[in-house]
Amino acid sequence: MQYALEGSQALARTVALCRPQVIAAYPITPQTHIVENLSKLVADGLLDCELVSVESEFSAASVVLGAVAAGARAYTASSSQGILLMCEVLYNISGLRLPMVMTCANRAVSGPLSIWNDQQDSMAVRDAGWVQLYCATNQEAVDTTIQAYLIAEQTELPVMVCVDGFTLTHTLEVLDIPDQQQVDRFLPPFNFDRRLDPTSPISIGTLVAPDFFTESRGDHHRALTNAQQAIVAAAAAWEDVCGRRQNPLLCVSDMGDARIGILTLGSIAGTLAAARDHFQSVPATRLMALRAFRPFPAEAIRHACEGLTDLVVLERALSPGSGGIVGTEVRAALSELQTAPRVHNFSVGLGGRDVPMDIYPRIHEAVRAGSGIPFDIIDLEPDKLPAAI
Amino acid sequence: MIEIRIHGRGGQGNVVAAYLLATAAFEEGRYAQAFPNFGAERRGAPVTAFVRIADRPIRRRCQVLEPAFLIVQDDTLLHLPDITAGLQDGGAILVNSTGDSAELGTQLKRTVVALPASALAQEILGRPVPNTALLSAFLALTGLLPQTALVKALGGRFHGAVLDNNRQLVEQAAAQVNAGAWQEGPHAVRA
Amino acid sequence: MGDSSDQLSHRGLRLSQPRFSGLESGHRACQGCGEALGARLVTEAAGPDVAYANATGCLEVFTTAWPDSAWRVPWIHSLFENAPAVAAGMEAALKARGKTTRVISMGGDGSTFDIGFQALSGMLERGHNVLHVCFDNEAYMNTGIQRSSSTPHAASTTTSPSGKVRMGKRHLKKDIVSIVAAHHIPYAATSSVAYPSDIRKKVRRALAIDGPTFLHIHTPCPLGWGHDGALSIEVARLAVQTGLFPIIELERGRLAGSMPIRTVRPVTDYLQLQTRFRHLFADDARAREELEHLQALADHNIEVYNLRGTQPDSRDSEGADTVRRGGMRWA
Repeated sequence: MQYALEGSQALARTVALCRPQVIAAYPITPQTHIVENLSKLVADGLLDCELVSVESEFSAASVVLGAVAAGARAYTASSSQGILLMCEVLYNISGLRLPMVMTCANRAVSGPLSIWNDQQDSMAVRDAGWVQLYCATNQEAVDTTIQAYLIAEQTELPVMVCVDGFTLTHTLEVLDIPDQQQVDRFLPPFNFDRRLDPTSPISIGTLVAPDFFTESRGDHHRALTNAQQAIVAAAAAWEDVCGRRQNPLLCVSDMGDARIGILTLGSIAGTLAAARDHFQSVPATRLMALRAFRPFPAEAIRHACEGLTDLVVLERALSPGSGGIVGTEVRAALSELQTAPRVHNFSVGLGGRDVPMDIYPRIHEAVRAGSGIPFDIIDLEPDKLPAAI
Repeated sequence: MIEIRIHGRGGQGNVVAAYLLATAAFEEGRYAQAFPNFGAERRGAPVTAFVRIADRPIRRRCQVLEPAFLIVQDDTLLHLPDITAGLQDGGAILVNSTGDSAELGTQLKRTVVALPASALAQEILGRPVPNTALLSAFLALTGLLPQTALVKALGGRFHGAVLDNNRQLVEQAAAQVNAGAWQEGPHAVRA
Repeated sequence: MGDSSDQLSHRGLRLSQPRFSGLESGHRACQGCGEALGARLVTEAAGPDVAYANATGCLEVFTTAWPDSAWRVPWIHSLFENAPAVAAGMEAALKARGKTTRVISMGGDGSTFDIGFQALSGMLERGHNVLHVCFDNEAYMNTGIQRSSSTPHAASTTTSPSGKVRMGKRHLKKDIVSIVAAHHIPYAATSSVAYPSDIRKKVRRALAIDGPTFLHIHTPCPLGWGHDGALSIEVARLAVQTGLFPIIELERGRLAGSMPIRTVRPVTDYLQLQTRFRHLFADDARAREELEHLQALADHNIEVYNLRGTQPDSRDSEGADTVRRGGMRWA
């Protein structure tokens, strides 16, 4: 059913529909409205679950870890500093193959201190062994959160649903929230084989010597790589239930005869789509919004780039001293092609800088200028920098 | 698509105003988007929020740079140097003020309607919260949505006597302005 | 007595006294912010030869919107959970470099009671020569009024809202000063922005001590507590006068002094001024029960900390206390 809702509010309702049994809540801007809305549902008796108000994000992740290990469906949300504080626990959760869902309300990472939207936080933990799905719209965030539980519980891997902080979480728009029957039809109750149970005791998190560590990590890697199938299947299954088109690994605008492509993650995709219609005199462009970043869908990206001479990778993060993160991985994937497009990698919108519609012609200008620089921060304003000595 | 920028001070319900307007549009079957100019602001600081209303899904997520209309919740904000930045030619400003529309219009070199929204609210709601009155007047001036849409949106937040008072305020505020005076705005209002 | 413009009048003399200003005006705190007042009083009393480590929270946000800063002292903000640890590092460095500069660690209740608790405990345990000041507004205010372990029992916050089945925060306010005192540090104390000279006295007392010290200052937040900014001092005073926030001093873990309450006020006088307790005044048996709980907490504090005062000069604790210590008046 349709409602006019703030993104966070919609996510809270969606999480409630997934019937979580334990929620760990610790506030951090811009995720706070999600946990607040969940708290209100609990306070009004509308959500029957254990809401644990923890004292830090490290404990938030630890609480959901314990909850899943003890057989409960669990949820938490965080951003930025919180994601980094719980980093050690994130590796632990995935390595122990504990299925859960966490919303990352993407926010820049200190220092300097910023509360605004970029994707440095989730990118910083890309190697933690979680499934990472990036949502381009609030509707996608709602749909993805529900699918995330199915993906997690089928693959026994934790899933991080990345939603641009403020840009999506604090925007009110018209959203379709499924009803309880639809979600119940899609998502069976959580029945975790390896739960802690006195009738069948197991030991979780043991010390593993070199003679077996490689196999354990290898199995994890294989499971995460194969999760692509579960992601695709969950999208198809949910599409059947809700009737809305889902884009499992990435969304491609069209495979027409454009020679230039722009690949991005998250909410910038919407602005680019609107800009493409608005700036008619700019050459035809194929737009791609990457949804699955982990596992990295190299094959799908190669396929989506067929026929392109130039691909722009536009991301909201970077690896200082190296350059783009997504761009580097895309370049590597495309290097397998006989005729790979030239990759132009830009960071944009760091620390929440607004990405206006005219980014679109500016990107094309940069491609035309073709300087051959592998990476640049496209919206950096040089006169704000201190004068070079 | 119509784009509106709302200026207020932290604590005056700046975001709520934007959300109400977008919700009213939704009640009329339109697509809408509303969001604050996100910040760690405190009570009393100038804040802005944006609203987009259209008949097709709204895909862009950037800030509104060229609004067709401004709604100003606190007239002390008129002193801010960039208050009218980006306002389109032919765009108009509705301001919560006991001042004179024509005078303010001359000052700002724009079409201005001044509405004593806080006073109206104080009288009818018992609290000087300007949102309901301003939004109702805005809808009356632009013909963008019927007042009933705003009342439905208010119904999502208020009940009983408070809702009834708000309904009364919607009527009174709409009656205080020239209905349809802004109908020929910068964008055709039915975009 | 001359009029106020007369330099030799009491007012004139007071106005002409130099007063160190560590926190300048022009910052972005809300009207009536208790924390801003507390920070000003602390920096004033501590003087210029101090460096500060400040945890994430309202204080650092409203004082340092780049490129401006309201601080006139050396100051660093790192993260939410590590101010005491950063302070410990600063202290170690200044010691190694043979400097006289003192170190003060500042944090709200979120960082002190919750996420930075570990760092605080470590700093205290290792005996660093650091004063940790906690500005306690009883919730995570900067992120929008979420509960912390310092939030009082039955207070409504956005993550402990009152609702159909809940009466606000279910758990008690963490007794931080006792936990800190259990580290057997030389000095731990509470204070309130309703008693500015008490704050100044305690800051100076703490800094006169070599070793870890702790000051827990009650600082109202008009927005979070739900009262007019003009009432902040009155609200803070009522918290003390009801016994809900006792003003005490502990040395090496033992109660060394307390500020007696001249006229004990019922907790309702304090609670009814704040919308975060509004649900307790509904016609509901559970609400009445919670009011009784809170009154019982206040009564317990009065008894345990001897807040009615049994000394002969029970109404003049300041003077009697000073005489007992054999020292001069501080502030």
